[in-house]
Amino acid sequence: MIPGSFDYHRPRTLEEAVSLLASLGEESRVVAGGHSLIPMMKLRMALPEHLVDLQDVAELKGIRIDGSQITIGAMTTQAEMIASAELARLCPILRETALQIADPQIRSLGTVGGNVANGDPGNDLPGLMQALDARYLLRGPGGERELPARAFYEGPFTTALDPGEVLAAVRIAAPAAGHGWAYEKQKRKIGDYATAAAAVLLELEGGTCRKASIALTNVGDTPLLAEAAGRALVGTAVDAAAVKAAAEAAKAIAAPAEDGRGPRAFRVHLTDVMVTRAVEKARSRAS
Amino acid sequence: MTVQTPVSLEERKDKLQGLGCSRKRVEDARFTQGKGHYVDDIKLPGMLFGDFVRSPIGHGRIKSINKEAALAVPGVKAVLTADDLRPLGLHWMPTLAGDVQAVLADEKVLFQNQEVAFVVAEDRYAAADAVELVEVDYEELPPLVDPHRSMDPDAPILREDIKDKTEGAHGPRRHPNHIFTWEVGDKAATEQALAAAAVVVEEQITYQRVHPCPLETCGCVASMDKINGKLTIWGTFQAPHAVRTVASLITNIPEHNIRIISPDIGGGFGNKVGVYPGYICSAVASIVLGVPVKWIEDRMENLSTTAFARDYHMTGRIAATPEGRITGLWCHVLADHGAFDACADPTKFPAGFFNICTGSYDVPVAYVSVDGVYTNKAPGGVAYRCSFRVTEASYFIERMIDVLARKLDRDPAEIRMINFIRKEQFPYQSALGWEYDSGDYHTALAKALKSVDYDGLRARQKASREAFKRGETRKLMGVGVAFFTEIVGAGPVKNCDILGLGMFDSCEIRIHPTGSAIARLGTISQGQGHATTFAQILASEIGIPAADITLEEGDTDTAPYGLGTYGSRSTPVAGAATAMAGRKIRAKAQMIAAYLLEVHEGDLEWEVDRFQVKGNPERFKTMKELAFAAYNQAIPGLEPGLEAVSYYDPPNMTYPFGAYLCVVQIDVDTGVTEIERFYALDDCGTRINPMIIEGQVHGGLTEALAIAMGQEISYDADGNVHGGSLMDFFLPTAVETPAWETDWTETPSPHHPIGAKGVGESPNVGGVSAFSNAVNDAFAHLGLTHTQMPHDHWRVWQTAQRLGVTG
Repeated sequence: MIPGSFDYHRPRTLEEAVSLLASLGEESRVVAGGHSLIPMMKLRMALPEHLVDLQDVAELKGIRIDGSQITIGAMTTQAEMIASAELARLCPILRETALQIADPQIRSLGTVGGNVANGDPGNDLPGLMQALDARYLLRGPGGERELPARAFYEGPFTTALDPGEVLAAVRIAAPAAGHGWAYEKQKRKIGDYATAAAAVLLELEGGTCRKASIALTNVGDTPLLAEAAGRALVGTAVDAAAVKAAAEAAKAIAAPAEDGRGPRAFRVHLTDVMVTRAVEKARSRAS
Repeated sequence: MTVQTPVSLEERKDKLQGLGCSRKRVEDARFTQGKGHYVDDIKLPGMLFGDFVRSPIGHGRIKSINKEAALAVPGVKAVLTADDLRPLGLHWMPTLAGDVQAVLADEKVLFQNQEVAFVVAEDRYAAADAVELVEVDYEELPPLVDPHRSMDPDAPILREDIKDKTEGAHGPRRHPNHIFTWEVGDKAATEQALAAAAVVVEEQITYQRVHPCPLETCGCVASMDKINGKLTIWGTFQAPHAVRTVASLITNIPEHNIRIISPDIGGGFGNKVGVYPGYICSAVASIVLGVPVKWIEDRMENLSTTAFARDYHMTGRIAATPEGRITGLWCHVLADHGAFDACADPTKFPAGFFNICTGSYDVPVAYVSVDGVYTNKAPGGVAYRCSFRVTEASYFIERMIDVLARKLDRDPAEIRMINFIRKEQFPYQSALGWEYDSGDYHTALAKALKSVDYDGLRARQKASREAFKRGETRKLMGVGVAFFTEIVGAGPVKNCDILGLGMFDSCEIRIHPTGSAIARLGTISQGQGHATTFAQILASEIGIPAADITLEEGDTDTAPYGLGTYGSRSTPVAGAATAMAGRKIRAKAQMIAAYLLEVHEGDLEWEVDRFQVKGNPERFKTMKELAFAAYNQAIPGLEPGLEAVSYYDPPNMTYPFGAYLCVVQIDVDTGVTEIERFYALDDCGTRINPMIIEGQVHGGLTEALAIAMGQEISYDADGNVHGGSLMDFFLPTAVETPAWETDWTETPSPHHPIGAKGVGESPNVGGVSAFSNAVNDAFAHLGLTHTQMPHDHWRVWQTAQRLGVTG
């Protein structure tokens, strides 16, 4: 549990960070809260030669709200996200999900950017960002670009982030007022990754679902946007048959590994249960 | 002469903070401020750090080891392999169970993460870098992970070093992978009882492989002083004196030149009883290099190498009358000991005290046989917060009793009541050879059932099952009843020793002239609060306030010889020694008082903190006054000074017991088990410090929860260890831990000087069965008799699925 040797850099601006990464080359990694990378380094599963620590980059911190547009700086901690009354009002699923990440100590250091950019399929925010159709603001040597969360995840710990690029912020269009939401996660204990988890957002109009999105956590190599599951709800009264259809559709794309959380069949079954419960809860919250 | 203001008897008693007082733990001032002093806090000039190269495979032959690249790392001082230890005869070491264990793998590796080479460097970072660079070439051999296959004719032979030995430490071996067969009881009579019985139940019950998880892992600092030839080892030792003697025997360093110091220990739970390769390698490295060497395990090394627990595969049969009266108990155990037999059991007990498995019941005949076998797994077999193999025994009988109740369609509490050993039967001779010292089981269980409104719980369960049938709930309610009898306080030297060392314990007391005192013991606290409770025993015995008594343990140069702390033996053995030493102090004080008061000794009586003249209590001498006189007044016929030592060899074990009840709600769709209620009634005899007892019960129940509901060290078919990190090994947090309700009865031990029995391990022994019985009970109406632990989400869901109640 002792990492290999590495050099440590602490830039003060995003521009400095990006140019450091460009000059240090492929064996450099940014570190945000460190709760994914440092354990990997201690196990020597990650052996970066350079660590570029973003904690002094002030422009990456904070939550900005502009009408219904939410921008969360990458270095905003999960605890700060939980504490934001504005976020809780505009997009309460952010708080509900963040409260289920690890434990309070980790959330005090763990960041929004680190959680979404690392590409760990066990992390809770990536699936949620897909459900919210969030966009990631990326800054690299060639400038800035935006990429939808739904196009960001390619495989375990593999993302569309180019070498030398830094995820600077997450942009979310707040769901319509009166929307329903829920993040249902089953885990073995506090601090664990999900055995299965589901994020659900839906909007009702006169009792009929006009919009729904569902995403799954830790039941595949990447977070999974369950598009067919969302579609199964649209146009229905979100009655038992529709909920069942959505859960079935979600279950169909779940491909979890067998691990200490249980055999594959259990985790697939649990995907069904989490989606069912999340949809029912979201529906009960929608107006 | 000081003028004494008269104080009441009660005030004088309260001032002592003796037996029965919930005195605050004196240790906590330093622990809660981060001022504890643990082995990793020890920093000596020139100290080096050791780290292990470990086997990536479960079974293989070492073809070559190349140290060159590792030795080239700046700061690396040495890389030791078995070949380097061989000239010293230290490449193998004796285990506590009469086997030998490779200190560093000698030609073969036998389990994943086995110690292969020991790198010594100036700092931990250089050592860890060099570990990566030691090149070991292995020829892989087929791993043996299923103990049921160990004695197959075509099973791979694991221990080539002893493959031709037909006689082991515990009798004949009938296969190269066979360690021992241990039999107790009357086989013929038991088989006859089974053949003649109206009712027979049989069940296969596995207690999975788990591992203690103390907050502090194992470690040591070894320092050889080449000038005076003295080897000092600070380490996480639950039995420092035993370590000293064993170290002397295997190194040939005279025992007076070895000093073992256990500093503060951050929890032991049996993990720190054994002798591990890290200790030997650090000592050798220090002897060779002439500077101190530190070795500290990391969490993964701890979970995957030093000292697993349980791994018992049990088959049980009960013979009974149609009314549910037990007429015989039969049990066979297949015990998976891993690659070396390193069980920490008294020498004559290769399966520990498993023969306590008749439990709290009056079983007329019984028979137990245990086969110990080798597999490609880490060695160990320690008593994880229990006396030797007692949780296994208790789990076995408490599950079997429920199986019997189910078969007869009777209430599990009722079956227990009709089979309990009755109060008037104590001292009770069990069919498997123990003499239970005391007990009152009916009273304890009756109190427990009343406290939880057991009939009300069963009525609620019935209603809940009907609601489930109607589809109104997806939860099943379970009520777990468990009753246990522990056997602790090893033990009488006539039948308890470890490697020939008798299991007595000791206390040495010096009273200072001004009436305060220091007491030293052969035990060592790992969180139990000895400095608090032993001072209370002494306060009541000698009338000096507990606050004025310093307690020291753990340094073999100063503490009297003793066998250490595990198996709930500190209070039954060292606690008895403390009381006995206190009584010697009091006896001398009485002679002094007689002289000072000019009366015959027989005319004096002891009262709280003084000797007073019978019938004339105004004439007295306090212990404080007597202490001063002992040192400073010439008393004819008496040596000056006031000190005493007692080495206590207990006449018997003590037998704490208890009744536990657990209520669970199981979500059949998710497999999540919610602990709705847990009630624990403990009878540990005389209660020294009720607050500490409650703390011990809380901690032990939390470990029982962990074992029953999630902990498991498993191996896949290739011999890879799983569950070897805290990501997967279930260590409950406050969130997963329910509120505990504690209660008590008090049945003092008739042979212990103060009647105390020990309590630290009871909650683990009784708790595991209570949780497991509750989970099994939830499904009982669906026909389930037994489902294996741990009762984690997926296993519970699978059980529900098998029984046809999942959606």
